[in-house]
Amino acid sequence: MSFVLTEDQEMLRETAMAFARDELSVTHLRALRDAGANGKDAKTRQKLAELGFFGVIIPDEPGAETFGLAGLGQILEAQGRTLAATPLLQTALIAASTLQLGGSPAQQAEWLPKIAGGEVTFALALDESAHFSPYSVATEAERNGQGYTINGLKKYVPDAHHADMLIVVARTFGESGDRHGLSLFLVPRDAKGVTISELKTVDSHGAAHVTFENVNVAEAALIGPADEAADILDPVLDRAAIGLAAEMLGSAQAAFDMTLDYLNNRKQFGQLIGSFQSMQHRAAKMFIDLEMTRSCVGAALAAADAGKSDIAELASLAKARAGELIHLVSNECVQMYGGIGMTDAAEPGFYMKRARVQEALYGSASWHRDRYARLNGF
Amino acid sequence: MAYDNAEQLEEFRLETRKWLEANCPASMRTPMKDDEVVWGGRHATFKNPDSKLWLDRMGEKGWTAPEWPKEYGGGGLSRAEARVLEQEMRRIKARPPLFSFGLWMFGPALLEFGNHEQKLRFIPDIVKGKIRWCQGYSEPGAGSDLAGLQTRCEDKGDHYLINGQKVWTSYADKADWIFCLVRTDTSTKHEGISFILFDMKSPGVEARPIQLISGESPFCETFFTDVKVPKDQLVGRVNGGWDIAKRLLQFERSSISAGGFGGTGGSGILGPDDYAKHHVGIDETGRVADGDLRGRIADHKMYTKAFALTVQRQTEQAKAGQAVGHTASILKYAAAKMNQDRHELLIEALGTEGLGWEGEGFDKGALKATRQWLRSKGNSIEGGTSEINLNVIAKRVLGLKEHQ
Repeated sequence: MSFVLTEDQEMLRETAMAFARDELSVTHLRALRDAGANGKDAKTRQKLAELGFFGVIIPDEPGAETFGLAGLGQILEAQGRTLAATPLLQTALIAASTLQLGGSPAQQAEWLPKIAGGEVTFALALDESAHFSPYSVATEAERNGQGYTINGLKKYVPDAHHADMLIVVARTFGESGDRHGLSLFLVPRDAKGVTISELKTVDSHGAAHVTFENVNVAEAALIGPADEAADILDPVLDRAAIGLAAEMLGSAQAAFDMTLDYLNNRKQFGQLIGSFQSMQHRAAKMFIDLEMTRSCVGAALAAADAGKSDIAELASLAKARAGELIHLVSNECVQMYGGIGMTDAAEPGFYMKRARVQEALYGSASWHRDRYARLNGF
Repeated sequence: MAYDNAEQLEEFRLETRKWLEANCPASMRTPMKDDEVVWGGRHATFKNPDSKLWLDRMGEKGWTAPEWPKEYGGGGLSRAEARVLEQEMRRIKARPPLFSFGLWMFGPALLEFGNHEQKLRFIPDIVKGKIRWCQGYSEPGAGSDLAGLQTRCEDKGDHYLINGQKVWTSYADKADWIFCLVRTDTSTKHEGISFILFDMKSPGVEARPIQLISGESPFCETFFTDVKVPKDQLVGRVNGGWDIAKRLLQFERSSISAGGFGGTGGSGILGPDDYAKHHVGIDETGRVADGDLRGRIADHKMYTKAFALTVQRQTEQAKAGQAVGHTASILKYAAAKMNQDRHELLIEALGTEGLGWEGEGFDKGALKATRQWLRSKGNSIEGGTSEINLNVIAKRVLGLKEHQ
């Protein structure tokens, strides 16, 4: 296992950090929000494409080296620092991984270069209730003469309000809750029968409920074997959890740095509030949690790239720890800023709002704790 | 010997493997038994004769202190070689030949601050386990505020004269020598402390064990009445002891947290998940039936894993030459929390089975868990309280300011 980045990954990290700082600050998110963009940001998508960030885990030619998930993790951490709304998690990580792990050679040849070039964006349409539960899929895909007909409802799908393509998890066999019987389909957002209901979300990133009403797709739209999608979905969701944990680490670090800065500047009773021990001990505890979470995220990214067998365990570890961390740090950030923390003009609120979305997506801390216990036999 | 390429390191690995195969007795490749731990010293007893053989062989090679200089009896190994030795010992599950405050705390500090003669005199006996050291730090009036210590050390011309009292001196009743913080200037605080060494057999030294809530007595009150100490036994300069004291505390905190207070268990004690399955019961899928307890055990296990990964990350980053900052306090705080949480969960999972004190009617492992649970309460007090470690992190790592 390596916690030490390669020189190339280190350079990528620096580029991503500088880009997030200079072009995707919280001020940028605020401006998008105030303009009613709801997370839609074509200009940023263009810039990300120019930087090559969409193709970080996609080899230029088969078998060539990439920056790996550890490289992409650096970019996600950077965008987490400034809460940037980008299509990278859905497209560069989830869609690219799904196609790499389950796509046919023809699907890979068609889509991976377009993803790498930033020409197409994706959204994974999975959840059907308010809580992550990957096998609880009732959306049906029924065989018809030429392919499949999809009917169902997907809730709170990130990026679905602006993505070009959907990867839909549908049931081709069995009942909601069964691991067996799931299938994955590529569905264009403008396919007949697809209704995208845009949601205004608390974090200003937006999302959408997606309805499928007799949506017909061709046989070629199926990713991987029918009924067996869980074998693709499980590792994809582990990678998604790890990538999101990297983003959350960035958010937590930024919220912590901001809080520390405030503690070192704000005075009450003629004293810097950061000189009070009640503040110092809470700050120190947050820092310990930050350091420990950084280790978990680093280990999970490295394990994913090395194809280790304990990736599921490490994914749950990273997502749960990152969830607890960002929950604590975002709350403490608002609290330690005092009244200023309650104002829309200050940034702590942005971090707290985004934190809850990050915590919920791809499994809450409690979901992952339970899974960790199951993986460890208790 | 410095190996600059992987091939030579591989050669070292083969030699090491061969030597360990030939020299590590079979019984030293079994899990450590509590009553077979070797602390060395003049009065060392070896319940298992193989323990002595193993210590003598390893001590002779300097491999109890692999990276210490050869000229003082250490192994003289590079960091890379020491890691190989560690891996090879783990491969055959070899026990550590020696437990020693000399190896963990005093030796590293003396190598940094002592003069050549002092190193020649004291280091080889640490390596071979011939002298057992204890730590004279805390006093009744100087716990967390360690620099408030009052034990007096007066310059009497050809010797020093020491009067005062230490407390929480681990194993003072079993130790041969003490490294001790003493006051050589009463007009100032931190700048009036010196670091001095003396024989516990010196006239005027008395150690009285203190019984703890766990029933054990690992700590002592230690009294010094007109103890004469030769002048060449003061380390560093007079009134320059505080820097040595702080450095030694870092070694202490690192050594405590490296082992996580032995948080992965002791012989005969199962994990909280195992006890929970047995005493709380399982549901139809074979999982711990109490979902709340299961979640808290999982949380603890994840904390433990995160701790191990953090130790590993810091080691790798240090090796790669990256700054890792003030890590000892972070790890000490986390190790204490981890071990205390573990023992609370053990006791909770055991139920009344974990509430025995001694005798028949209770599982032996459970009895031990109970004693260790009580002992673990000291983890957030000894070697710098958790609160002091948070202070250190806040001020030295995060740069938060002092109250004006």
